[in-house]
Amino acid sequence: MIINHPLLGPRDATEFVYLGDASMIERPNGFGEDVADAMYEYVYLRDNPAGEHRELWYHEQGDRSWLVVTRNTLTHEITEVALARDVARSKGRSK
Amino acid sequence: MRYNALKILKEGLTGNKGWTPVWREPDPKPEYDIVIVGGGGHGLATAYYLSNKFGITNIAVVEKGWIGSGNVGRNTTLIRANYLLEGNQPFYELSLKLWEGLEQDFNYNAMVSQRGILNLYHSDSQRDAFARRGNAMHLTGSGGELLDEAQIREKCPYLDFDNARFPIKGALWQSRGGTVRHDAVAWGFARGADQKGVDILQNCEVMGFQIENGVCRGVETSRGAIRAKKVAVCVAGSSGRVMSLAGMRLPIESHVLQAFVSEGLKPILPSVITFGAGHFYVSQSDKGGLVFGGDIDGYNTYAQRGNLPVVEDVCEGGMAILPMIGRARLLRMWGGVMDMSMDGSPFIDRTHIDGLYFNGGWCYGGFKATPASGFCYAHLLAKDTPHPVATQLRLDRFQRGAPIDEKGAGPQPNLH
Ligand SMILES: Cc1cc2nc3c(=O)[nH]c(=O)nc-3n(C[C@H](O)[C@H](O)[C@H](O)COP(=O)(O)OP(=O)(O)OC[C@H]3O[C@@H](n4cnc5c(N)ncnc54)[C@H](O)[C@@H]3O)c2cc1C
Repeated sequence: MIINHPLLGPRDATEFVYLGDASMIERPNGFGEDVADAMYEYVYLRDNPAGEHRELWYHEQGDRSWLVVTRNTLTHEITEVALARDVARSKGRSK
Repeated sequence: MRYNALKILKEGLTGNKGWTPVWREPDPKPEYDIVIVGGGGHGLATAYYLSNKFGITNIAVVEKGWIGSGNVGRNTTLIRANYLLEGNQPFYELSLKLWEGLEQDFNYNAMVSQRGILNLYHSDSQRDAFARRGNAMHLTGSGGELLDEAQIREKCPYLDFDNARFPIKGALWQSRGGTVRHDAVAWGFARGADQKGVDILQNCEVMGFQIENGVCRGVETSRGAIRAKKVAVCVAGSSGRVMSLAGMRLPIESHVLQAFVSEGLKPILPSVITFGAGHFYVSQSDKGGLVFGGDIDGYNTYAQRGNLPVVEDVCEGGMAILPMIGRARLLRMWGGVMDMSMDGSPFIDRTHIDGLYFNGGWCYGGFKATPASGFCYAHLLAKDTPHPVATQLRLDRFQRGAPIDEKGAGPQPNLH
C-alpha cells in the first residue's frame, strides 16, 4: 500500500506503524461522570467496519507525524490522507 | 452410513458407486430451537456436540457461502496446547484431548497427526520464558519438554544453529501437538451433526437479527426469515460485521493473515517447527508441501488477501532457521480474515441481548480450538452456564479489568 503523505508525497506503508481506528483521537474526559464506561468504550470497543475506515498511522521511519488515513477495508484503496494534528484541531482540540 | 474398512473394500471392488452425499441439503424450516450463524469449524463443531452430546437436535447451521469456505479451510492446520495463562491453557488442553479422540468419535478421517511441535528459542531470557511456559503446561497435564541444542541437532540437523544473529539454543517441545486435515474437520463435524438431523443451510447469509423487546427471536437471511429460541453467532473474521447488525460493538478488529505452501518436497520436517526470534512456523503436509506462515499484516481489513511486505518478512523468518528452503518454489499463497481481539484471547459468551450468543475473537489460533470451542459453546447454549474451562472467556472481561493477555501486549490487536 502507498500512503500519500500530505507533506512528503507518496510513501510506502512499511514506513508507518498502524495504530487503529481514528476515533482514538477523541479521548474521553478523564474527569467526566461516566469516565469508567467512556474509557472502556474508548480503549476496547471498535466499529471495525467493512468498507470505509478512518485510521491512525504513525510515520515512524519518516517525519514522525501522525496521519488520519481513510481507507477501504474491502479493497485497501486509500481515498484521503490528512495530518492527525489538523483533524484534531478542526474538532476544536488544542486551539 | 458408518465408514469402516469393510465398506471401503466392498466399494473398491464394486466401482465406488455406493457412496452417498456426506450431508443433506435441506430447505430452511420456519423455526428451530437453535440457529447457529456461521458454518466454519466452530459452528459445525457446536452443532455436532449439541446434537451428539447435549441431546438438542432441532438446529440449523446457517452459512453464507459453502461450509469450510472461511478460515477453517484456510489455516495452516497446527494444533497444540502450549499456552501460559489460566484463562486459556485448560481450555486448549481440553481441545487437544478432544482432537485425540475425534476421529473415533465422529467416524471420519481427519488425519489428526501428533507429530509434535518444536518452539525454538534463541537466547537465555527466552529459555527462561519457555521453561516457565512448560511448567504452566505441566499444571494441566499437557506435557512439554525443554530440549537443548544437542537434542535438536539430532532431530533436525539442517537447522541454522550458528546463525550469527539468532543462534538456536534449544526448544520447548510438545509431542502431542501436530497437524490436522482442516477441511476434513469441517466435513466430519457437518456429517456427524447432519446424521442427528441438524439442517446445514449453505448459501444462506444472515442479514439481520429479529430483536423484539431486547430478546433475539430469530434471524433474517437471504433465504427468508428463520425463528429461533436461541441464536448462536460464530462467524470468526466477520464478527464485527455480523454483530453490528445487532447494534453491538466488539473488542475485536479484523485483520488478514496469509499462508503459504511450497512445491512438494521429499519428507524432511518431522514435526512442526517455529522460529522464536520472529514469527515463522512451518510443517510439511503429507503431500510434501511446506505449509508455513507468520505475522498478520497488521491493519484492519476484510479483504482475504494481504500485501507483499509481510510475504518478505515471513520468508526472512524461514531463511533464518531453515536456509535450505531458499530454493524451494512457492506454489500457493492466500489470506484469511482474523477476528483479532484486544487481548489475543477468545470469547464464548452470552450477549446483553437475551437469546443472542457470541463466539469469536479467535485471532490466528482458532483452528486448534475447534473441538473445545464447539463443546464449550454447546455447553453454554444447552445449559446456559459456561463450561468450567471457558469461564474466563467473557465479553465483559475488559470492563472488569480481567483481560487474558498471553503476551502482555495491551489492547492493541495487531500486537497479539
Ligand atoms: C492463514 C491462516 C492460518 C491459520 N493458521 C492456524 C493454525 O495453524 N492453527 C490454528 O489453531 N489456527 C489457525 N488459524 C485460525 C483459524 O483458522 C481460525 O481461528 C478458525 O478457523 C476460526 O473459526 P471457524 O473455523 O469457525 O471460522 P470460519 O471457517 O471462518 O467460519 C466462519 C463462517 O461464518 C460465515 N459467515 C460470515 N458471515 C456470515 C453471515 N452473515 N451469515 C452466515 N454465515 C456467515 C463465513 O462464511 C464462514 O464460513 C489460521 C487462520 C488463517 C486465515
